[in-house]
Amino acid sequence: MKRIHSPVSIRDLSVAYHRKPVLRDIQFDAPEGKLIGIVGPNGAGKSTLIKAMMNLLPLTSGDVKIYGKPYKEQRDLVGYVPQRESVDWDFPTSALDVVLMGRYGKLGWFRRPKAADREFAMDCLDKVGMADFAKRQISQLSGGQQQRVFLARSLAQDARIYFMDEPFVGVDAATEKAIIRLLNELKAQEKTVLVVHHDLQTVREYFDWLLMLNMRQIAFGPTSWVFTADHLQKTYGGRLTVLPELPDPVAVTR
Amino acid sequence: MSMGLTIMVTGALVAASCGFLGCFLILRRMAMLGDAISHAVLPGIVIAFLISGSRDSLPMLLGAAAFGLLCTFFIQSLRSQGVQSDAAISVTFTALFAIGVILVSLYTRQVDLDLDCVLYGEIAYVPWDTLSLFGHNIGPKAIWGVGTAFLLSLLIVGLFFKEFKIVSFDPQMAAALGIPVLLIHYLLMGLVSVTTVASFESVGAILVVAMLTVPSATAYLLTDRLETMLAISVGAGILSSLFGYWLALVFDASIAGSMTVAAGTFFLLAFLFSPLHGVVTRWLIRRRLRTATAVDHR
Repeated sequence: MKRIHSPVSIRDLSVAYHRKPVLRDIQFDAPEGKLIGIVGPNGAGKSTLIKAMMNLLPLTSGDVKIYGKPYKEQRDLVGYVPQRESVDWDFPTSALDVVLMGRYGKLGWFRRPKAADREFAMDCLDKVGMADFAKRQISQLSGGQQQRVFLARSLAQDARIYFMDEPFVGVDAATEKAIIRLLNELKAQEKTVLVVHHDLQTVREYFDWLLMLNMRQIAFGPTSWVFTADHLQKTYGGRLTVLPELPDPVAVTR
Repeated sequence: MSMGLTIMVTGALVAASCGFLGCFLILRRMAMLGDAISHAVLPGIVIAFLISGSRDSLPMLLGAAAFGLLCTFFIQSLRSQGVQSDAAISVTFTALFAIGVILVSLYTRQVDLDLDCVLYGEIAYVPWDTLSLFGHNIGPKAIWGVGTAFLLSLLIVGLFFKEFKIVSFDPQMAAALGIPVLLIHYLLMGLVSVTTVASFESVGAILVVAMLTVPSATAYLLTDRLETMLAISVGAGILSSLFGYWLALVFDASIAGSMTVAAGTFFLLAFLFSPLHGVVTRWLIRRRLRTATAVDHR
């Protein structure tokens, strides 16, 4: 009998920095072809979870499987959008060059990007509305444009699962729309996308599923089931104000 | 080869190889690493001297290179444990240099090992320090040493160019793609160690530290492409050494000092007049815009 593996399957995951636990008892199976939001307060371990899933930091315990196998064997299936501030945008390189870096994993050692890779990267830039900026040095782009370049780079990885770390932070309305359009295109292609998200107002609109996180896993499931006042209270504690005049409680973070 | 030409070729080779690797150091904000390595190698030189009992270059070069690598290993270990980058660099190299000073003071009473002559070479003596192979004089040792280091750097960076690039720009993404970030880091550090050691033995530490940082800082101001930056940095380094040699002849001054001054002059020119980032260029653009707006408002 053939077993169907979940795109991302996590068992008993714990991560600690210098003996201080940052994440504990994370356990879920992400469903395929869904947009999955990861929400929680600052310091809840959202970015740590993303990095742990990609082997970028050591696990204290537990196990992560990508389509049933360890990440190391499945790198080609995973696209990554790190936080925008994690790199130096004054680096002497162009938007197209950054997107081409998404192809490096598929190229392997000693091989340079070819014309076909360039065309592919151009298509990816086009998909995020940045084709006109291909030759632009990356420090000359606005924050939203830089974010779109990072998204294009993850598209260039041509993956089946995408991990995105706060793609909506500090972007303009046009970029936010472009990202949402892109997420829905990915969903239409049956790709699975996990997105670290901050704005609770838009959670219901953007994500099918939700992981609520505050060092422990508070809830995981379809947004309509798990995005409740009770879970929000457990995730955010006292830092949360619930606006009760709306029919459904809508939450605002401070 | 004439004496002048030998000195110029040596200076140009040092400048080219240091300028080339210096770009990656500047981009990774590790510009002072050359300074650190050139000091941290002292215990390696003394230990090599004590073991081999001779002042032959090869054992000393190997000892120095080993401690250069050790220095970068300590720095990396401290950084990965959360120590600030600049603090990690200065703690490591001062400690290693101090160990070297103690070793020299302990053992050189019996033997003749002069700090100045071991650590801080003088480029003017390069033409007399030649290498012989099977009894034939094959030319100045410095040219062979630095030339080999430069070719090695070109070869390795050329082979792993895309890896060097992505590890310098976005090490996390590189790790996610399965590129061995630490290996590439140590490859670069190894090249910097070998180049530094091969260079300063013949031309002096100041010139090495200057050529590792100044031409690449100049190139950084003049271009927005990594490949162009590498080329400009090598070119600026070579020009500095030629122009510097000429300065030294005219003023009858220290050759290494004049080459460093020349490199500094090129940097200052780029800093003021670079078409992309120059201070004066930006001021002119602002003034033109202001005049244009003033005219509009009239």
